[in-house]
Amino acid sequence: MEHYNMNLTLKVWRQKSSKEQGRFETYQVSDISSEMSFLEMIDVLNERLIKEGKDPIAFDHDCREGICGACSMYINGRPHGPWQANTTCQLHMRAYKDGDTIVVEPWRANSFPVIKDLVVDRTAFDRIVQAGGYISVNTGNAVDANAMLIEKDKADAAFAAAACIGCGACVAACKNSSAMLFLSAKVSHLALLPQGEPERKSRVLNMVQQMDKEGFGSCTFTEACEAVCPKEISVTNISRLNKEYIIAGLTEEK
Amino acid sequence: MLNSKIPAGQLDLKWTDYKGHCKLVNPANKRKLEVIIVGTGLAGASAAASLGELGYKVKAFCFQDSPRRAHSIAAQGGINAAKNYQNDGDSVFRLFYDTIKGGDYRAREANVHRLAEVSANIIDQCVAQGVPLAREYGGLLSNRSFGGTQVQRTFYAAGQTGQQLLIGAYQALERQVALGNVTMYTRHEMLDVVLIKDKDKAGNEVGEAKCRGIVVRNLITGELERHFGHAVLLCSGGYGNVFYLSTNAMGSNVTAAWKAHRKGAYFGNPCYTQIHPTCIPVSGDHQSKLTLMSESLRNDGRIWVPKKQGDNRKPNEIPEEERDYYLERRYPAFGNLVPRDVASRAAKERCDAGYGVGSSKQAVYLDYANAIERYGKIECGKLGISNPSAEVIRKHGLDVVKEKYGNLFDMYEKITGENPYEVPMRIYPAVHYTMGGLWVDYELMTTVPGLYALGEANFSDHGANRLGASALMQGLADGYFVIPYTIGNYLADEISTKAISLDHPEFVKTEKDVRDRIEKLMNIKGSQSVESFHKRLGKIMWDKCGMARNEKGLQEAIVEIQQLKKEFWSDVRIPGGISEMNPELDKANRVADFIELGELMCKDALNRKESCGGHFREESQTDEGEAARNDAQFSYVSAWEFKGESDWQLHPEALNFEVAKPTQRSYK
Amino acid sequence: MKWSEFFTSSVGKKLVMAFTGLFLISFLIVHAGINACIWADLVDSNDNGEMFNKAAHFMGASYVIRIMEIGLFLGFFLHIIQGYMLEFKNRARRKQGYQVAMGSKGSAWYRKSMGLLGTLILLFLIIHIQDFWIPSRITYATTLGEVTYNNGAPIHDVFTKMLVVFSSGWVVVIYLLGCFSLCWHLLHGFQSSFRTVGVHNKKYVAMAKGAGIFFSIFISVVFALMPISIYYGWVNNN
Repeated sequence: MEHYNMNLTLKVWRQKSSKEQGRFETYQVSDISSEMSFLEMIDVLNERLIKEGKDPIAFDHDCREGICGACSMYINGRPHGPWQANTTCQLHMRAYKDGDTIVVEPWRANSFPVIKDLVVDRTAFDRIVQAGGYISVNTGNAVDANAMLIEKDKADAAFAAAACIGCGACVAACKNSSAMLFLSAKVSHLALLPQGEPERKSRVLNMVQQMDKEGFGSCTFTEACEAVCPKEISVTNISRLNKEYIIAGLTEEK
Repeated sequence: MLNSKIPAGQLDLKWTDYKGHCKLVNPANKRKLEVIIVGTGLAGASAAASLGELGYKVKAFCFQDSPRRAHSIAAQGGINAAKNYQNDGDSVFRLFYDTIKGGDYRAREANVHRLAEVSANIIDQCVAQGVPLAREYGGLLSNRSFGGTQVQRTFYAAGQTGQQLLIGAYQALERQVALGNVTMYTRHEMLDVVLIKDKDKAGNEVGEAKCRGIVVRNLITGELERHFGHAVLLCSGGYGNVFYLSTNAMGSNVTAAWKAHRKGAYFGNPCYTQIHPTCIPVSGDHQSKLTLMSESLRNDGRIWVPKKQGDNRKPNEIPEEERDYYLERRYPAFGNLVPRDVASRAAKERCDAGYGVGSSKQAVYLDYANAIERYGKIECGKLGISNPSAEVIRKHGLDVVKEKYGNLFDMYEKITGENPYEVPMRIYPAVHYTMGGLWVDYELMTTVPGLYALGEANFSDHGANRLGASALMQGLADGYFVIPYTIGNYLADEISTKAISLDHPEFVKTEKDVRDRIEKLMNIKGSQSVESFHKRLGKIMWDKCGMARNEKGLQEAIVEIQQLKKEFWSDVRIPGGISEMNPELDKANRVADFIELGELMCKDALNRKESCGGHFREESQTDEGEAARNDAQFSYVSAWEFKGESDWQLHPEALNFEVAKPTQRSYK
Repeated sequence: MKWSEFFTSSVGKKLVMAFTGLFLISFLIVHAGINACIWADLVDSNDNGEMFNKAAHFMGASYVIRIMEIGLFLGFFLHIIQGYMLEFKNRARRKQGYQVAMGSKGSAWYRKSMGLLGTLILLFLIIHIQDFWIPSRITYATTLGEVTYNNGAPIHDVFTKMLVVFSSGWVVVIYLLGCFSLCWHLLHGFQSSFRTVGVHNKKYVAMAKGAGIFFSIFISVVFALMPISIYYGWVNNN
């Protein structure tokens, strides 16, 4: 792979706090190596801003290897940038060429209010999990791990749903700001496993209720969420969630 | 004198005896006892969930926006457990023995045996929580061998074991949050611990100061908050970021542990650092972190460098006879599967001698061409293809390799832009894990009463080198199965202690100290960024306290770090304000602590004039260039007491090996 | 969970959309079937709308069907009202929008334009009701002629009404636009309804998708051919 350097124009959303109005700022960055990651490019810009006595751009990031789910930039009209099955931190600058303009925005949804610049509040996801995204088993209660046989296909499907990293790109991409991909991944993960059976009905009903309370929209199956999901969580999970919801809603005695 | 509180008796009965005799707290009293937990990785989240379930009032803190993002999530390979599901001779004793030996006989036997004992319960608990561990077609759990062990005891969930286990613990934690047993504080960073002495009936202070709370900074508003707890658990992870470049997350830091250390908690074995051999090499000055490629790649890949120094040919142009498969050459018995520390040092040795590859010359090749051919031939055999052409073999081989390692190869391609199916991967060792940490006794309590350290934040179980797939095991063992017992033994005597007012002079003073330090940092208004200091610290540490250390280098490093510290405190520039979200200020707080820790690491490395595990002193090697341990002089844990700036006192804790008698490790 | 909660959660609202949508799809089949009777004239040039008029009479005369018609209107009503409410509510979930829109980077335009397509269909529906339903159910006394077949009782001559309406070129264009919107609306709506009501098995999702594409195109083409056949005189009264 040949490496090259480039000059870019960045338009970045700047907002001092949740209470203040934000706006776009334009920055020129030069001599960016194609080997850099996108966040390293922002690091370079921030170093310069600090030297110039300006406030650096605040953004969420942590593991920088695509698994913690912290990074959350909406880049040129797509969450996590142009690459498939990718997080912002895994995006590298060889995706761009000299002279490009890149617009960077935070996740936009009422349920993800901006805290500062590109940092948004995603605690709504935690509250959705609190509503039932778990199996109630106290430490020490467990039986031997192999006492329960689980079909490999089901275990694999549960794993594929559990691969969700909770980054929120699905909400950011959805025209309805729906959190259904996130929610359905958790519901599917637990509904596919026998351990999840006892709480299966109350789980889905409570989690949907909490999601509504948080102000996320409805799913209209545009599949934009699946297209941008860094872990390629399938919208099939949403159908499964709906099935779980219908069965639970129709058969629950309360 | 250090008291490790190891129970008396036979090694394999110690933990059982302890559990049978430790004090208990009745449920009505548990409700009145508050426990603070800092960090929500595997250790923190599992402890918070378990203690919440028991009925304690728990407050959990993390600097991330959600407890699910703690860096435990990044662990790829797996988790060990002595289940012996494969009927291949595994047992609690074998896991214990392998861990002690792998740690180069620098860990406590009692702690390690307990770890091996509870390892099986961890798997049960995680499966019950719904962690989707890999399974066989029959529906039973699958195992693989990992890190050169001779038994298959590693449980895994594709390449995301850490994530799945953490999500399990996170869900258990969120359940307790929903039940009101745990209060979760996200985007909060602990900046100091509060120590308060008990008072007797007459109101006089008695005894040693106990840890009674913490001061934290709300990272959104910048406000300082005081929180009381009858006990405080630090589950804040390791300090690999002292090297600037490591596989740790950007936010991983030593601050919580370091503040505790400055307040009286001893620091154990700070110099023990694990350098992981298979990471993607540095590509330039802009590099902000390093990415690990799972160790499992060494199962099938062959590592080599050119036989000619400074060979600039492309890897595919270098003929077989001009390649040096140096691990196979030096360690014919283990070959490419030698333990991490050995593989790392061997790579460094080749690169330092001028045989490195890639533009930086700080890399070696990890080649899959041979594995592709080997698997291809096997597949052709299975399919009954006679006399297959090289192309057909390659095609079938590629399919197998893709199936086994596809996600890792994709990750490599994303980062480097090179196709690892076509050209060999370039790898280089990188800092990965720190075996050192806060010194704790058998109950996981530090030298400060009421202050505990769990998981990577403590020093206890891995000795001088950690085996693959053992970090997850230890974090969860501490949180799920050790602390629920040991904390009761302490809190049983605290039931009469009322919640201490947050206006207590010690709370006020501690908060003022924290505020003063923040203001001092902000008022320096110098010219250099925090990042630039961190990079310089990292370079000193990597060059002089990294994979190989020597007396001269360490002495130089200490002077350089002291110089850097001065410069930092007089010339750092932190933009923004105090009462707002200010990531640069957060970073400055952390880097200031890393600088102090760096100095202690060098001191510890200087003191330990032997090579063991992740610590390699160039002065202490065999004639063949292998690490030489010195049991006669250094069979002890170095616990360092903070006396003042750049001033520490060593308290050695002698290690007694009653069951696993030390031998020299050999992989020839 | 109460019924009111069941249907008013974000998932419940979508269930209403899906069930009414599937109901309306079944109506389309009946509607197309009856209207296809006009093509009897292609087979037998002396039919002159007889078969169609008889079918239309049957649909108007039976009380059972008139009661079902109320259900149909209810279905339309629910689908439309719920559709708009969802559309507006969902839009309001993102008060501050993006500077650079995602466009078709994530999903095709029509999957994100169900509100717009639905509105176009609604406009068409109003015209369509005015053209045929009102004349045949309410104002028939003044707007429809009567015909008698085989010495039976006289019935309404809706066929002739069709010939009149579709003699105008611009009306035909409006109807074609209506069919066009319907096609795109169904392309997304058909398979989406099945998935909303919980079809997640890969085999059945694939079936729903395949059937959806076939149905959307087929039904829209069938409907579009009606005004075209009349406008070009393929179907006529002589």
